[in-house]
Parts: sequence; C-alpha cells; structure tokens
Amino acid sequence: MSAMVPMVNVAALKDTTLLNMGIFALFVLVTMVIVFRASRNNKTAADYYAAGRSFTGSQNGTAIAGDYLSAASFLGITGAIAVNGYDGFLYSIGFLVAWLVALLLVAELLRNTGKFTMADVLSFRLRQRPVRIAAALSTLAVCFFYLLAQMAGAGSLISLLLGISDWGGQALVIVVVGALMIMYVLIGGMKGTTWVQIIKAVLLICGAAVMTFWVLSIYGFNLSNLLGAAADSAKNPNVLNPGLQYGKTETSKLDFLSLGLALVLGTAALPHVLMRFYTVPTAKEARKSVVWSIWLIGLFYLFTLVLGYGAAALVGADTIKSAPGGVNSAAPLLAFHLGGPLLLGFISAVAFATILAVVAGLTITAAASFAHDIYANVISKGKADAGTEVKVARRTVVVIGVLAILGGIFANGQNVAFLVALAFAVAASANLPTIVYSLFWKKFTTQGATWSMYGGLAAAVILIALSPVVSGAKTSMIPGANFAIFPLSNPGIVSIPLAFLLGWLGTMLDKRREDAAKQAEMEVRSLTGIGAEKAVNH
Amino acid sequence: MGNEAQTPDAAASVDFQEVQQTAQFQELRKRHRSFVFPMAIAFLLWYFAYVLLADYAVGFMSTKLWGNINVGLVLGLLQFVSTFGITAWYVHYSNRKLDPIAAEIRNEIEGHEFDKGSAVRGATK
Repeated sequence: MSAMVPMVNVAALKDTTLLNMGIFALFVLVTMVIVFRASRNNKTAADYYAAGRSFTGSQNGTAIAGDYLSAASFLGITGAIAVNGYDGFLYSIGFLVAWLVALLLVAELLRNTGKFTMADVLSFRLRQRPVRIAAALSTLAVCFFYLLAQMAGAGSLISLLLGISDWGGQALVIVVVGALMIMYVLIGGMKGTTWVQIIKAVLLICGAAVMTFWVLSIYGFNLSNLLGAAADSAKNPNVLNPGLQYGKTETSKLDFLSLGLALVLGTAALPHVLMRFYTVPTAKEARKSVVWSIWLIGLFYLFTLVLGYGAAALVGADTIKSAPGGVNSAAPLLAFHLGGPLLLGFISAVAFATILAVVAGLTITAAASFAHDIYANVISKGKADAGTEVKVARRTVVVIGVLAILGGIFANGQNVAFLVALAFAVAASANLPTIVYSLFWKKFTTQGATWSMYGGLAAAVILIALSPVVSGAKTSMIPGANFAIFPLSNPGIVSIPLAFLLGWLGTMLDKRREDAAKQAEMEVRSLTGIGAEKAVNH
Repeated sequence: MGNEAQTPDAAASVDFQEVQQTAQFQELRKRHRSFVFPMAIAFLLWYFAYVLLADYAVGFMSTKLWGNINVGLVLGLLQFVSTFGITAWYVHYSNRKLDPIAAEIRNEIEGHEFDKGSAVRGATK
C-alpha cells in the first residue's frame, strides 16, 4: 500500500523550508490585519481582558477549542500514539472527559460570579488579599509550565523543518515566535487573541480532518486494517494494547494512574481556559461555549487516533524517533508522507500558528492576573484606575514574553503532551480544590483556601523538581545529576488529594468565620446570574 | 462597550440572604445539585474504571473483538460517546429545569422585591 506514496526522506525536508515559511508568513499577515481591525475599540479593562464580553457562545467555543488544542494535542498526542501505541490514547480521553468537570461544576457558576480572572471568584466571599495573591501566584505558575510546553513544541517543529539542531539557530526562531506573540497580545488584547484562536482552530481541525480522511482512504476506510498496518510496521502487536509505555513496572503503572487523575481534573482549573468564559455576555452563552468546544475537541481527538496510528503505519516509529524533533515530529512527517511539501507546509504553518495562538492566550491570562489581581487589588488596593491597570498588563505581557522565550530554549526535546500534563497537575492541585470548595461548600474559609492553594502548588512543583523529569534519567532536563527521590513523573496522585485534604483541614481548624451575607450573595449570583446577566442589556 | 460583569445598580441593595432562604431559590439549588453531583460522580467513576482497566487488566483490554479492534479501543471510544451524551443531557436539563426558575428569581430581584428594608419584603414567599 505504502508503495503508492514516496518513503519519508527526512533530509529532503530542508528543501521545503522556503515554502513553509511562505505559508506561515501569510498566516501571520492575515491574522495581524484582523488583530489590528479588532483592536480599534480596546478602551476599557473589560475590552482588553474580556473582549468587551462581545463574543457569542459558538465563537467563544471555537476559541476555547483553539486555546485547548495546543501543540500538545496535535504534535504531542499524535507522536505519543505513533510511538507508544494505545498508551498515547489516554491523553485524548483524559483531555476530553475533563471538559465535563468544566461544564457541570465550573463554567456557568464562574461566569456568573467573576469579572476578569479566576481570583475574582475565589476571593469573592473570602478575605481579598491573601486569596488573591495565592490565586494569582498559582495562575502564573500554571501559565509558566504551559508556556514551557508550547515553546518546547516550537523548538521541535523548527528543528524538524529547518534541520537546525544547534541551540543558537533554534533559539533565534523561538525569539521570533515570542516577539510575534508579544505583538498580538499588546495590540489586540483579548479580542485580537480570540480571533487568532478562532482562525487557528478552524485551520487546525480542517487540516487534521483532511489528513484523517486521507489516511483512512489508504486503508479502505477500515480502522481494523489501519491498526493491523500499524502493528505490522512496529513489528509488535502490543502497540494496539495498553501497557506498552506504562505497563513495565508497578511504579510506571502508578504513574499512568497519576497522569489520568491530573488530566481529568486539570482542565477545569486552567486559568487561561477559565478566563475565556468571561468573553461571553451570559452564563447561557458560557454553557453554549463549553458544548461547542466539547464537540470540536472530541472530534479532533478522534482524528488524532487515526493520525497517530497512521504515522506509525506509514512513517514508522523508528523514523519518527530519529528525526530532528523526535516524538513531536510524527504529525508533520505524516503530512509530508501523504501530501508532500505542500501539505507539510500547510500543517507546519498550522502547528506554528497553534503555538503562537496558545502562547498569546496564556500570556494575556498571566498578564491580566498580575495587573488585575496583584497590581490593582493588592499593591494599589483597588485605587488604580482602569487605564493604569491596562498599562501594567501590557508591560507584564512583555516580561512574560521574555520569560517564555528563555524557558522555551531550556525545555526542548521533551514530549509536549507530557509537559502539558505537568501543567494540568499543577492546575488541578493548586486551583481545583479551592474552586470547588468556594462554589459548593458553605463553611469554606480563607485559611482553607490558602492552605489548599499554597499546599497544592508547592507539593506539585516540589514533586516535579524531585522526579525523573528533572534529573536521574536519560530523558531528564538535567541528565547529569540525580536527585530524583520521587519515582513518578506526574505528581497528581499525591498533590491533588493533598490539596483537597488541606482545604478541608484549613477550614476545620480556622477560628474565623466568613461573612454569611457574602456567601449568600455568591451563591445567589452564581446560580441566577443576577448582575452578571444584566450586562447584556446595556 | 465597557459593560462590567457586576453592574452594581440592580444588585447593590439586595438582601441576598433573604433570597437564599426563599423556597424558589432552594428549589433551584436542589435541582442544580441533584443533577451535577451524581453526574460528576458517575462519569468520574466510569473514567477511572477505564483507566484502572487499561493499567491493571491489560489481558482483558487486549481481547480482540473484530479484526484488530480490541476491548480497550471500544471502551476508549465509549468514553467519547458518554462525554457527548452527558453534555447533551445536561444542556437539555438546564434549558428545561434550571433556566426558567433562575430567570424568575432574577426578575424578582431586579423588581426590587428583596431590597433591604423594603416594604414588599417577603411578598413573594
């Protein structure tokens, strides 16, 4: 079958560089024009952070899909399935099922209670200062981990396309990607960023759909044949079964469980996803956004199953692993195999755009959190005017952009889906317990919130630092050293229950009681949308 | 443009504790929680059952059903189906059972029926 299409010659990819860059430049040009047009009425803080709450549910749902289907989903999951077979599929399932937590427990209630950031909700009925600072810190930490993953994806893609494997060359392109992202966010604010997400989501889903259709057509639209070809190509029937990557030892099985926990509980606590719910006018539109994104994201993850096994069958795991960019290069290599340089150019441009757009979304979230939570509410104690706040947000964008560029140069070579899973673990540990408690548990107190957030954040970050991800293994970030006393590479199974426990314990041991009137107000607002709903009529 | 999420005008003078005590609000709260809590527990149990099977029952998950399609793949795809199903069910439920009653309470609050020290206090109880 595969004789019909030329074999993948990785070295030949270099010849297509100009074409790739051309397609990418076109995307940047088109989106820049749109961002400029969209940004003309960016005046108030609500315009800058929440796009004037002017997006419809379906637009925002597509933008959420754009935010969520990051390089991790496209490059990382396809690569994980291509190389590790069935175990890669867990990412798809966990990333999707997690949306039910957001839909049922978080999205609408959060839209009804907050203004711009996650901290608005968490500090609503608790003491402002300590809770806001904790929420802002965990937002910044999650965004940082997520940014690392995106930048690592950019590095992989660049080394594949340009054949650059030295640090200097890769660093230069990461700088270019970072600079572009800073431009989008500075000029466009949330509105510009949202439009970039929408365009990118449509391109990404269409590109993946075309490739899926193509792969299936090679195997006569028979999934069983495709799976058989993948197993033959790997010379290992176990690629179709669970356990290839995680079934080796009892420790690795526990790691799989830990990953599964972090994936399903992380989504509803990701600050950049939560912030998207504020760009719509009502809770009903927030619900509609989640429904849209669940359909789009679910569809896309079904594609990745075909693409992953397709890459295993048509390109081969060994070719993928030895290509520059490693595991993350499965999807671009499959595109090259199917449609030659043109499809590769298109898919790579989409992947670049994906990274750019997600990085922009993360950056605006982190900037909003710093400017709104730390600067406006803590440093200047609510006395800063909106104009100054936006100015601070814009400056923060530049600082975060520079940090992301530096971090990206360090995080190269890791599977991006795996890195994103760490961000999910941090989010699920630091944020989710406090979000759930403050929405549903009347007795929850400030002490419970700070214990849970700091405890969860510290546990997750310290366990990652002491895990094989950072040291003690061949694939570690610091391969020379070994201080990996924690055996699992994902901390979720320890840090998430610990954070829930700390939230409960902190509340039980707290001698102070929170304001019952505030609790009543939050509950009534969250369920009825009073006040928040009114905004549409203005 | 420039509309803030929390417009103070309608809700500033409201006695939210009074609203919280009304039978109507208690009913809304009950309807919301009696749907989302059992549903959240159900899908989490189903998801973790799947993860544990993939982790510790590799033999069972590798059983071939048709051609190269095995139990693991079918259960994985069923996770997609259940996610889509629960989403559709929730939307249907909230359109029918939650939105109307929430709109009613909102209208009453905006009609100043729960203002602090208001003469009509308790009129709708």
